[in-house]
Amino acid sequence: MMQSGQAVTPLATENGDKHAVENAARNAAHPVAAPPVLLEGLHKSFGAQKVLNGIDLTVGNGETLVVLGRSGTGKSVLLKLIIGLQKPDSGSIRIHGQEVSSSGVEALNEIRKKMGFLFQHAALYDSLTVEENVAFPLRRNGNMSPSVRGDRVRGLLAGVGMQDHLKKMPSDLSGGMQKRVGLARALALDPGILLLDEPTAGLDPITSREIDDLILRLQEERDVASIVVTHDLHSAETIADRIVLLHQGNAVIEGTFEELDHSKDKFVAEFFRHDS
Amino acid sequence: MSYDAKISRRWIDQDAPQAASLMRSALASLWSPINGFLEWFGYLGIFGWQVMRSSVRRPFEGRELIRQLDEVGSKSLPLVALAGAAIGAVLALESRYSLIRFGAKSMLPAAIVFSIIHETGPIVTGLVVSGRVGAGIGAELGSMKVTEQIDAIEASGVNPYKLLAFTRILACILMLPLLTLAADFCGVVAGWIVDTLADPISFQKFLHAGLAGASFSDFLAPTFRTAVFGLIIGTIACFQGMRSEGGTEGVGRSATSSVVLASLFVILADVILVKFILVFFP
Repeated sequence: MMQSGQAVTPLATENGDKHAVENAARNAAHPVAAPPVLLEGLHKSFGAQKVLNGIDLTVGNGETLVVLGRSGTGKSVLLKLIIGLQKPDSGSIRIHGQEVSSSGVEALNEIRKKMGFLFQHAALYDSLTVEENVAFPLRRNGNMSPSVRGDRVRGLLAGVGMQDHLKKMPSDLSGGMQKRVGLARALALDPGILLLDEPTAGLDPITSREIDDLILRLQEERDVASIVVTHDLHSAETIADRIVLLHQGNAVIEGTFEELDHSKDKFVAEFFRHDS
Repeated sequence: MSYDAKISRRWIDQDAPQAASLMRSALASLWSPINGFLEWFGYLGIFGWQVMRSSVRRPFEGRELIRQLDEVGSKSLPLVALAGAAIGAVLALESRYSLIRFGAKSMLPAAIVFSIIHETGPIVTGLVVSGRVGAGIGAELGSMKVTEQIDAIEASGVNPYKLLAFTRILACILMLPLLTLAADFCGVVAGWIVDTLADPISFQKFLHAGLAGASFSDFLAPTFRTAVFGLIIGTIACFQGMRSEGGTEGVGRSATSSVVLASLFVILADVILVKFILVFFP
């Protein structure tokens, strides 16, 4: 296991520079475009407890990065830092080249409109119907006419298989249905970046697979950059282009599922064999 | 040094470190709540500044404001009217025998109307709204906070201070004077009913006697005092709700602390504002 403060181990380098080649090809295709998400030296503590201890990450266009780690290792905090719900102690968070942590309220709200966030428990507004929940970001941030907005909401809900539940309240939905509606709401502003916090947590295996299939379909259809926080190794194997494993505030290892699964690192081996 | 003095000196030397430690812990236990209160005030100030700053930016959340006006105003009206009527009836019953004893029965309408308009109407409305609306806002926003709904609003690029806090505070400021008018009216009517049951008098005569010698400022200043109560209730309830943490237990704490703190500050503000009104509207 790597010690605190050590650099990320890019397994790709050990295994034939696969990612380096892919990244180079991506950079050649978009020579001046900043990556959708770029994190550099990110530190975050709560009192004496260090949660993130110098995280560096990059997520490219159309790429799905899965963040794994034990409970309390700062995975959800990482997502909240990226969308500006919490402030880092130090370090840089750039969304398409724009700095998040030093942005003012208005600029931050503009950056947030480029991102869709699925919360761990969906966080649907319980005073609004399913339809109103999905319409909320559109109503607040767009100039759509009510009829166009209605069509878009119905389209988004059809995309997640919830078109027959428009008038239901969130309390009338199961956990899986709430996650689907949350995903439709996250996609409402057609974001280039998706942040998904434990999309399959607390769901039965069949519903989990349905959510995974939905995420895969969204990747194919929309080409969004996604960061998915999960404990679900099966889900990680299904949806991840790349996986990063957090431990004691550091990204201890980074690579594909197969690369991490065959890692000789003691912590990684333990995590992949026993933490599923 | 005598033997006795030596013994006493030894006792003092032995006890000194213990006494210092006791003193330190006593001071710490005294300082802790003061520090907590000052910290709370500091966070309240920051919260107030964030709400004020967000309020001047577009869009102006008219739809949410109307919903909150209904929530704070129309839905509090029955309770406020009932409380006003009860106070009016009790005032009439209590004052009647006192005034008869002093031979001032004819002053009864004026006693009822003046005490309702000047003090009981505004303070009863403030306390009733503190209870109903303060608990409602504290619990609603607290529940939204612990279920990450406020984070979800923020993640959608919407300012929650404006959408949730400013609309509720403004609704409280606008509705409190109107609710006070309703409480005053119901109190005066109930006072007249109780009075006329014992000694029949027309409502017109009762009102005429009650308002004799009253000026517009007698009516205006106490009523608009409740706008300040509205500011206090709305701000404290939103602040306590939006800083809620610790699951459902935290939501309960937010609701309770909203009511307790809002009621406490309404009473304190009442004392200060009465003095202020007496100075500027003698």
